[in-house]
Amino acid sequence: MSVLILAEHDNATLNAATLNAVTAALQIDSSVDILVAGNGCQGAADSAAQVAGIGKVLVADNAAYDHALAEAVAPLVAELAANYSHVIASATTTGKNVLPRVGALLDVQPISDISAVIDASTFKRPVYAGNVIATVKSNDAIKVLTVRGTAFDAAPATGGSAAVEAVGAAHASATSSFVGEEVAKSDRPDLTAAGIVVSGGRGMGNGENFEMLYSIADKLGAAVGASRAAVDAGFVPNDMQVGQTGKIVAPDLYIAVGISGAIQHLAGMKDSKVIAAINKDEEAPIFSVADYGLVADLFQALPEFESGL
Amino acid sequence: MKVLVAVKRVVDYNVKVRAKADGSDVELNNVKMSINPFCEIAVEEAVRLKEKGVATEVIAVSVGATQSQEQIRTALALGADRGILVEADGRLEPLAIAKCLKAIVDKEQPQLVLLGKQAIDGDNNQTGQMLAALMGAGQATFASELVIEGDSAKVTREVDGGLQTLALTLPAVVTTDLRLNEPRYASLPNIMKAKKKPLDVTNAAELGVDVAPRTEQLSVEPPAERAAGIKVADVGELLDKLKNEAKVI
Repeated sequence: MSVLILAEHDNATLNAATLNAVTAALQIDSSVDILVAGNGCQGAADSAAQVAGIGKVLVADNAAYDHALAEAVAPLVAELAANYSHVIASATTTGKNVLPRVGALLDVQPISDISAVIDASTFKRPVYAGNVIATVKSNDAIKVLTVRGTAFDAAPATGGSAAVEAVGAAHASATSSFVGEEVAKSDRPDLTAAGIVVSGGRGMGNGENFEMLYSIADKLGAAVGASRAAVDAGFVPNDMQVGQTGKIVAPDLYIAVGISGAIQHLAGMKDSKVIAAINKDEEAPIFSVADYGLVADLFQALPEFESGL
Repeated sequence: MKVLVAVKRVVDYNVKVRAKADGSDVELNNVKMSINPFCEIAVEEAVRLKEKGVATEVIAVSVGATQSQEQIRTALALGADRGILVEADGRLEPLAIAKCLKAIVDKEQPQLVLLGKQAIDGDNNQTGQMLAALMGAGQATFASELVIEGDSAKVTREVDGGLQTLALTLPAVVTTDLRLNEPRYASLPNIMKAKKKPLDVTNAAELGVDVAPRTEQLSVEPPAERAAGIKVADVGELLDKLKNEAKVI
């Protein structure tokens, strides 16, 4: 048995979520290789080689793999998968985009978003918006898995010295091409990597009121998130959504402001170490998971909170 | 241009799903079933393409039990022209569903297939990507904007940290994210009209698709409960607890 991890990276460095996938992979088997497919991705390959526990780094450096188009990367992964028992990626938008395509090419039913490894074929995963945890066993010859980052600790980014090896002919995408991207510009930390997350819900009333959360976040060095209700209402963009269908976060401190606590939202944040909630409705479900609950009008509480920091 | 839209019958999003006492599966007896919300967004997008004169026909297809006809009728009431049900029983996995959809694609030859990014029951987020692979077609998942330009589709995708735009050669597969559109409500006259629209029924065996599951669901259980903490009296106490008790700020 051996495991192949599809690394997520920006060509220069490895995405932090890949380190969580490494931990999941090492729970399955001690033989773990990592594939870095990109364009000018030597930097990412070098950082992958330093991750503790990695056997080999496979590098596919070709213009075809720029922007990790699924049509290009999936055939490469499927080809390499012949030498492995498991293929793993992070359950990020990139991993979720590419791995099912790999599964179909291999005629394998992938298992998405695993939150625990029971044995080499058996995994736990949340279903029904996190209302239920299913234990699922794969009977396919190759297991194709995406990993919920918050469920596994990050592997040490240094300490390893894996061999780096070039692989594979290019599989350029004939059916899709990259047009452009708009990367959200923010000086704040990334939502899924932040130590503190401050999130607002429908109770914020409008997008302008999120300024109150931004200034608190800046004092705390925190990221700002939102509930699906706030995204649906158009207060903030979708990439701020925390929840089962948005981002899954587990920071040291999660501050929920004006968020009632729909199960959909709780599924995305209830593994946070400490949860604080501010809501004027004392019956709000968010209080059933909050370590510290404050029943108050957020428009009075937030300025006071900020000045007390 | 023909557009195929996949719809799935799922537990209504307002239902709080629980595991059965014996842990064998979730309790689905007597719960309200609906069209998967992301599929509804896909239907809306297809109907808008037809209203703009880009699509000529919108076909709603579902793979599942006989009762899935109800969700196809919902799609027809929203504006789809006709429906196809691929009847199949048991626990259907995304790979099996993608294979059934591929068989329908082979027959109907649509230029665009629209699906929801995930169903709110299994939360797999796989079917569209797998269908695209089986078709050898381009894919754009998590779409927040879709523009058809001649024989290509320009799709903006919601990715971690921002937006990405791809150009796909048609035929292509697009899966919908929340903000692509806001689905309309079906009017009563349209619901009545939908009852008369054609709905063909076939099954997986007729299409030559093996839908036997590749995974086994061994058990289901409720998630670990997080104990509720305490209520604090005011902002001062909250700050004090966070600083001195939890030591997180």
